[in-house]
Amino acid sequence: MAQIPLPKPYQDTEAYWAAAKEHRFIIQKCGDCGEHQFYPRGVCSHCLSSNLDWTAASGDASVYSCSVNYRAGHPGFADRTPFVLAIVELAEGPRMMTNIVNCDPESVRIGMAVKVCFDDVTDEATLPMFEPA
Amino acid sequence: MDLKDLYRKVAIVGVAESDIGRVPHKSKFQLSAEASKKALDEAGLTKDDVDGVFTTIITEGGEFSSMLMAEYMGIKPRYTDSTSIGGSSFVAYVEHAAMAIATGLCEVALICHGSTNISDRGGRAGPVSGASHIFGPAQFEEPYGVSTVGSYALAAARHMHEYGTTSEQLAEIAVATRQWASMNPLARMRDPITIDDVLNSRMIASPLHLLDCCLVTDAGGAVVLTSMDRARDLKTRPVSVLGTGEAHTHRMISQMPDLTETAAKISGKLAFDRAGVSHADIDVAEIYDSFTITVLLTLESLGFCKKGEGGAFVSGQRTAPGGDFPMNTQGGALSYTHPGMFGIFTVIEAVRQLRGECGPRQVPNAQVALANGTGGVLSSTGTIILGKE
Repeated sequence: MAQIPLPKPYQDTEAYWAAAKEHRFIIQKCGDCGEHQFYPRGVCSHCLSSNLDWTAASGDASVYSCSVNYRAGHPGFADRTPFVLAIVELAEGPRMMTNIVNCDPESVRIGMAVKVCFDDVTDEATLPMFEPA
Repeated sequence: MDLKDLYRKVAIVGVAESDIGRVPHKSKFQLSAEASKKALDEAGLTKDDVDGVFTTIITEGGEFSSMLMAEYMGIKPRYTDSTSIGGSSFVAYVEHAAMAIATGLCEVALICHGSTNISDRGGRAGPVSGASHIFGPAQFEEPYGVSTVGSYALAAARHMHEYGTTSEQLAEIAVATRQWASMNPLARMRDPITIDDVLNSRMIASPLHLLDCCLVTDAGGAVVLTSMDRARDLKTRPVSVLGTGEAHTHRMISQMPDLTETAAKISGKLAFDRAGVSHADIDVAEIYDSFTITVLLTLESLGFCKKGEGGAFVSGQRTAPGGDFPMNTQGGALSYTHPGMFGIFTVIEAVRQLRGECGPRQVPNAQVALANGTGGVLSSTGTIILGKE
């Protein structure tokens, strides 16, 4: 059976994925302008500073948009459909893509409060996911 | 020099599509080259006249696209452009080519596109990348099962949430577009459909049904531009470029600043301002319809209606034949053809409408046409406004 696609960590993202493996959810905060950002980058997308710090995120978020997907582009999702593809807005501000799990897919609504959880997909990779708060 | 003076020096003189639909015996390179030959032929030009090449291929074997296609056709250009911003690239190329011609950097510009999307995939929508491990920022989306339709569905869901837009309103677009397709012998899907047909078609990614989604086909297309001076000696009736604009706001859907507004808000305003025309002047609109929601968001972002009012705007089959807003008159990506990137076909149809050669689907007395391409996942737009010379 096909595996879902997994991240191939690189300079910008190694710390994020290493933390996820330990079930810690961290995001970047700019040491100069103070803005948070997601996804991780080598510079701040608000001011181009390289002075970025990793900070533990609260894991609290709300659903900005969601869609029940009955098929996926990648064959690895065949046994996961239907699944909820979502963009959540983190309490710290940035938005990220995720899946809303541990609930009936049809029950997920925009504006719903969710909190981070972790899917240990393989021994090598853990994906942060979100579930109803 | 005023930008308007530059646009006035330029004309579109040739447009063509290749064989389209399911063309398994021809490569995407051949489709692109055959469309190019037809577009040059109708203008009375040859490939040896071409000194500017504009193309992008985003599938296997298409790297260094403008060099690749120029070599394939035996062209050695002195102006080259492989800008790759998705399906809108080919609309943006009109802006690039117009300015290159107006300033003398090249004289005959060939914009071309070829794709064998349906033959490559055996007729089924294929994976995003198919890779097992994702490098780059896409690793923050692909492990969650993102797809093109899933991305556009997120925009549709948000628009419904904020403005009360309904699936019935989105379906109006698919139904009207199919009516136009029924008058185009080249359109792949020509049987009329109803709003219920759209609503009862399989849900792919809520709230988007199968019939909210564009086709997957093989196709090539080409557009040739040259100076207005040279155009007057050519075989076709020249079409003027009145104004253009391009913009992008993000690459991945999770980074889109506002899921209910596209970059057409920027590119459209630029095109209208530069052309010096108003929305009421547009006689026919060709709006890239990758999904029904793409059209609705684009109409709002271009300013044809207020934000949130797109659903009401398209209701009552307003964009259908006989409606007061003729749109996607060749049948669009929803019903005519969609080879992965559709932008060039919006330009081709806008030009044909202005030349008055569209037969039963001709919009009477079309003087000014707008074409808008959208690329990526609502990421980039190119808007052009064309006029009858």
